[in-house]
Amino acid sequence: MNGPLLSTRGVTKRFGGRIACQGVSFDLWPGEVLGIVGESGSGKTTLLNCLAGRLMPDEGIVSYETASMGTVDVHRLSEARRRLLARTEWGFVNQDAREGLRMGVSAGANIGERLMAIGARHYGNIRQTASDWMERVELDLDRLDDRPTAYSGGMRQRLQIARNLVSEPRLVFMDEPTGGLDVSVQARLLDLLRGLVDRFHLSAVLVTHDLGVARLLTHRLMVMQGGQVVEEGLTDQVLDDPHHAYTQMLVASILPV
Amino acid sequence: MLPALAVSGLNKSFIMHAQGGLALPVLRDVSLSVAPGECLALVGPSGAGKSTLLRSLYGNYRPQSGSIRVRHRDDWVELANAEPRVTLDVRRTTIGFVSQFLRVIPRVGAVDVVAEPMLRRGASLEEARCKAEFLLGVLGIPERLWALPPATFSGGEQQRVNIARSLIADYPVLLLDEPTASLDVANRNGVIDLIRQRRDAGVAIVGIFHDIAVREALATRLHDVALPGVQA
Repeated sequence: MNGPLLSTRGVTKRFGGRIACQGVSFDLWPGEVLGIVGESGSGKTTLLNCLAGRLMPDEGIVSYETASMGTVDVHRLSEARRRLLARTEWGFVNQDAREGLRMGVSAGANIGERLMAIGARHYGNIRQTASDWMERVELDLDRLDDRPTAYSGGMRQRLQIARNLVSEPRLVFMDEPTGGLDVSVQARLLDLLRGLVDRFHLSAVLVTHDLGVARLLTHRLMVMQGGQVVEEGLTDQVLDDPHHAYTQMLVASILPV
Repeated sequence: MLPALAVSGLNKSFIMHAQGGLALPVLRDVSLSVAPGECLALVGPSGAGKSTLLRSLYGNYRPQSGSIRVRHRDDWVELANAEPRVTLDVRRTTIGFVSQFLRVIPRVGAVDVVAEPMLRRGASLEEARCKAEFLLGVLGIPERLWALPPATFSGGEQQRVNIARSLIADYPVLLLDEPTASLDVANRNGVIDLIRQRRDAGVAIVGIFHDIAVREALATRLHDVALPGVQA
């Protein structure tokens, strides 16, 4: 493949009269991790939901280069096709793991379900792959048959990541994946994500308000303010040599430790 | 000989929006070129923009105008205002940067910190770790530290981890910002030897060396970076 994996042009979403994101255009190339940063209310999550087909933009196009069906316009696919795409080629890691997991079934079933959705039928193989992923995200194998309701927040988030990555997606959307976790739990999760991104050459779009998380996980950044992208570039360029007034303010607001 | 890196008409100012849009011009019309096997030492007073120039050459700082052309995969690539994936590819295969400080990654051991650039170029884990251990050994990092995250290392140890990380991938162009700043004499000489070997093997180097002895040992040419406003 020689083109971008995901391509957007002029994506705009309004809620009533209020603009949530406006005129967002970018290309995401295979193997790239793009961070979207900005304060709460800057339109990051709305944009992510538009990219992932969870929200219909009022204007603009989101196109995705599929593995086997050529380029598709994400918002012109039938609901069934979009769901198929979402569970085969994409992953979506929610900030709140409860939204991304089925809380009523075991951890093993949470991971195995994605495999069954892409056609795995052999129970022994599914259980083995689920076990491999439990280990990969540093979850104790003894907990394979426990429900996520019995897991801590950090464990749930790791389980959600396993559930998303087990089907080897080509593109992963992440919404504040480390938000709301203790710093030590967060460091472990970041390290894990970083290793998985490298190892599986994942392409990803990551929304975060934490510039440290962005520094560690992303190659490129888009800075959003009031629904607009005010600055973009390589992550180290944007953080070390910020040009826009808003980016300079964000970078200057990081507390040194 | 064809240069490995050629800069012309480079301008860089910092605009500080919190100070009412105050503009600090740092680089004004900078031109230079470095051939394989050369080591160009940037000299000039503190604040003249030596580090800014070096960071611009790595694509870390974004100049307002001018050209930075680098020999990359048998072709010329323009780095000034390049697309992110172009700059990333140049950093993966062509240009290495040694800064004064190691950006530590929580929970990742020294050997893996060093091995990472080689893994990114497609080497196997075993091959990359083996070379990482070799470099850590040459640079005098005690073996008991290799598996530990460098966050707790001394300044000099962290700097040597950083140097090992930048030398592991055999980049044809190296940018060095005070590579020996916090090292004692024995370790400093080890680092000089490693860098000199690279230079003599045909690597093009641009560096900032405040230590005169280091500069004399490595530099083949000097480039004056004058304070903005006092240039001719």
